Amino acid sequence: MSLSSSLTQTAASLSMARWHTLLALPAAAAIALVVHLFVSQKELPAEAHSYTFFLGLVLGAGILMVAVQPWWIGLRQWMRNMCPILAVALLLLCIWEVITAGLRLLPLPYFPSPAGVLLSLLSDRALLFDSTWHSLILLLSGYAMGVIAGLISGVCIGWFSFARYWGMPMLKVVGPIPATAWIPLAMVVSPSAIFSAAGLIALAVWFPVTMLTASGISNTRASYLDVARTLGAGRAYLIFRVAIPAAIPSIFIGLFMGLGASFLTLVVAETVGVKSGLGWYVSWAQGWAEYGKVYAALVIMAAFFSTIMTVLFKVRDHVLVWQKGVIKW
Amino acid sequence: MVAIVEGEASSLRVQEVSKSFPAPDDPLSRPLALDAVSVSLAAGELVSLVGPSGCGKSTLLRLIAGLDAPDSGVLLIGQELIASPSAERGLVFQDPNLFPWLTVRRNIEAGLVARGVLREKRDEVEEFMRLVGLEGFANAYPHHLSGGMAQRVALARALINHPKVLLLDEPLGALDAFTRMRMQDEVLRLWQARRTTMLLVTHDIDEAIYMSDRIVIMTQRPGRIERTIPIALERPRDRSRPEFLRLRGDILELLHFAGKTN
Repeated sequence: MSLSSSLTQTAASLSMARWHTLLALPAAAAIALVVHLFVSQKELPAEAHSYTFFLGLVLGAGILMVAVQPWWIGLRQWMRNMCPILAVALLLLCIWEVITAGLRLLPLPYFPSPAGVLLSLLSDRALLFDSTWHSLILLLSGYAMGVIAGLISGVCIGWFSFARYWGMPMLKVVGPIPATAWIPLAMVVSPSAIFSAAGLIALAVWFPVTMLTASGISNTRASYLDVARTLGAGRAYLIFRVAIPAAIPSIFIGLFMGLGASFLTLVVAETVGVKSGLGWYVSWAQGWAEYGKVYAALVIMAAFFSTIMTVLFKVRDHVLVWQKGVIKW
Repeated sequence: MVAIVEGEASSLRVQEVSKSFPAPDDPLSRPLALDAVSVSLAAGELVSLVGPSGCGKSTLLRLIAGLDAPDSGVLLIGQELIASPSAERGLVFQDPNLFPWLTVRRNIEAGLVARGVLREKRDEVEEFMRLVGLEGFANAYPHHLSGGMAQRVALARALINHPKVLLLDEPLGALDAFTRMRMQDEVLRLWQARRTTMLLVTHDIDEAIYMSDRIVIMTQRPGRIERTIPIALERPRDRSRPEFLRLRGDILELLHFAGKTN
């Protein structure tokens, strides 16, 4: 009797918890909207208008999703997973607004309110889009070059002992130098800033990809190679169909490390030499003391880099489907 | 003893083979792992190699596979000297060593791909998957397979090359008792259907008696051939028959004796 009643209670509190989770997003949006409307009473309507619209949109979407989710299991699972995080993000925006626009605790123009950042983002969207596009081209060309060079040198160093003998010392001495330290040399050597920036990104990517590819190849389980030999495998099969597939998990770690290094090098190169891209945009906006634009560019950068990271994760999940359930990172 | 037809294509002869390895604690000394080992297998014969662990059974198999070279002595398949690994000598380990990045089908195809004959022999892949009862698992990855299934894939992968000799290094050692007995029958069925010459390393004396034409007993390190025992029992063999049990007792005693003198 008491057991069943406590079970019912547990079930009830569980379903309560679910409703808390689902309602968290619209509730947070509503709180943020009320705070925003209160805080922005003193401000110009144009400043505040787009942020009001944004919060209203989130609130509307949140309510709509809560209304629709009983008939849509996929959405419900997504919401259960994401709602707490999104709600906290909205509340953080709300706190930020209270500190900046509300209580004016932080000095302007260095710390604009979220409404100001959103306005900068929308008003300068053409240039921001153009900068993102330039960054993307530069990043991808540099990354691709670095990955190709890294895979080739990594496979050679991992497989051939003479390549290991001569390549390893060079890798150990030259590799750890941050690619950005080469900027003075790159400026002298290369015909254009774009070209040298791509080269620097490639260099930054090349080192971790080479290192991890070489270690993956040389750590191939000897018994895989023995089995392949007794199946009649020649050297090409051993390298391309045994050692490289066996090294793929390690290669992906190198690709992720290289991606992080490439972001860093991209932004530094754009800040220092290249006259386009998000890194350039940040320092340009800072030069005009337009800190709303600086933060807008940082928001774009966060979305841009994390999207690229996500794409690489998807590629990994696809390529390493045979490891499903074996690795966790 | 089975008469060895001199030079028959898939007979195996090991003559006076010795092999040493550097000692792990003292690189200057090279203790012998195999000491003048001679053993011959007639074409189509199934021979078991039994002995205390560390007696060089696996070393001998690696030499026959061509993965290592002997210090002295000669290894022959038919009339041909064994110099390097080849698809005509298949090897199955205790760990199935399936390539985890390939599906069951692609694992079985591996030998055909390695030899560049996949296009001509694609039909055989189906045949071998059927032979080892894995038709339904063509697209499964190895980490989804049980130990027995994985070992069957490993057998099919080795057999698809139609090796003259199949070397089995404790292939059933990691399986539970029931799977193990089922797999023994399965290996016997494959052997009877194809008459591949097989050399089976095992720790399990019952398995050796149940399966082989002859049992070769090795001494403790350095490995020498202690004795060869022909098994003249009718197949399929009954593990509880008195003849079976008597052989078992004899071999156990012999191994115990071999352990004492060395």
